Amino acid sequence: MKLYVTDLEGVQHEIEAMPNWTVMEIIRDGDQPMRAECGGSCACATCHVYVAQEWLAKLPPMEDEERGTLDGGFEVEPNSRLSCQLIMTPDLDGLKVTLTNDSSN
Amino acid sequence: MTTDAISTDVVIIGAGPVGLFAVFELGLNDMKCHLIDILDKVGGQCAELYPEKPIYDIPGLPIVTGQELTNALMKQIEPFNPVFHLNQMAESLTKTDEGKWRVTTDAGTIIECTALVIAAGGGSFVPKKPPIKGIEEYEAKSVFYSVRRMETFRDRHIVISGGGDSALDWTLNLQPLASKLTLIHRRDEFRAAPDSVNKMRELVAAGKIDLKIGQISNLNGAGGQIESVTVKTDSGEMHDIACDALLPFYGLTMKLGPVANFGINLHQNLIPVDTEKFESDIPTIFAIGDINSYPGKLKLILSGFHEAALMAQQAFHYVHPDRKLRFQYTTSSSDLQNKLGVAAE
Repeated sequence: MKLYVTDLEGVQHEIEAMPNWTVMEIIRDGDQPMRAECGGSCACATCHVYVAQEWLAKLPPMEDEERGTLDGGFEVEPNSRLSCQLIMTPDLDGLKVTLTNDSSN
Repeated sequence: MTTDAISTDVVIIGAGPVGLFAVFELGLNDMKCHLIDILDKVGGQCAELYPEKPIYDIPGLPIVTGQELTNALMKQIEPFNPVFHLNQMAESLTKTDEGKWRVTTDAGTIIECTALVIAAGGGSFVPKKPPIKGIEEYEAKSVFYSVRRMETFRDRHIVISGGGDSALDWTLNLQPLASKLTLIHRRDEFRAAPDSVNKMRELVAAGKIDLKIGQISNLNGAGGQIESVTVKTDSGEMHDIACDALLPFYGLTMKLGPVANFGINLHQNLIPVDTEKFESDIPTIFAIGDINSYPGKLKLILSGFHEAALMAQQAFHYVHPDRKLRFQYTTSSSDLQNKLGVAAE
């Protein structure tokens, strides 16, 4: 499985994606900058990414906790998600996300 | 030693779980500790980021929340009377003529010690700064990330942004003295104490504050004085809101901070240590917990506890150079039990 990550300079990277890993963990394992300060407990918003429009509908809906934690993020858009809350499954093979100032600056 | 300095055996920078447990291991070996932490409470990430979240991998505790673990550690180290300097950041480190370390905090506290333990986790918790172009030129002049004195804001036209407890608390506290106050949040839901949210809604309904839903995309002003903020709504509309002070409250982030300037060897913002003593490249300066690095390092609380125990063995040799280190068990040693205040009569 592949995950496509666009960095803050606009360069896209193809990363090997492991099933059942979170997108946050996959980005970090793929050596892309990923702060994820709370370590994936949905507490800090420093794993904030933008999800490519065509993938949005395939993702599990956001829960209240994620929506609330996103309040600690900046430049939040309708396609914003916390990558620690996105679990990689075969349905998501080829998922495209873009890093943010929160996650990677 | 100068008259204004506190003297102790060990200063621990960081009062998270690992810094707290270090007090225990150092205390068993007769070393007194002072701890410095930038937060207003002990517990570090456990207390700040996930006080209510259960942790499942603390040995012997099948389930414990961050706050419960913090409370238990505080109870465990009580016999050693550690001294806490909270709400303070360790700012500089120098060596005295007597060869002691002299730690100065941003609140002016000066502590001299024989050994220094850096247990600073991911770094100091500092307010998140919005990535808005040019915000730096306004900081400390008309953009503030904390409120030191409420009077600073009297008769000012304040914009507060954020949707958590800090944003709500300061909205309620500053509203009576502001000439006008606008609260900006990206959605019409607030994750804050329900009572605060209700009070805020009442003030909005009474016309005493304005609530604007959107995100700040631009700051307008000159010479560090903000004149308005541009707010982008969900539908993409832009609105300018006049103000002369902006208070963004988006929670905290971790920055290594002044520890980076202490002269200790760093690698990727971590402190490389050996795995026998967990000492940095400078003898008598140790690093334990998430802030250190060594081959095989795991950022787990339990690893930090182990590191604290081994660190304390070496620190003993520095603090009590004339004494022989005696390894003892708390189950059997009446000496240790005396120190813990649990010795049988």
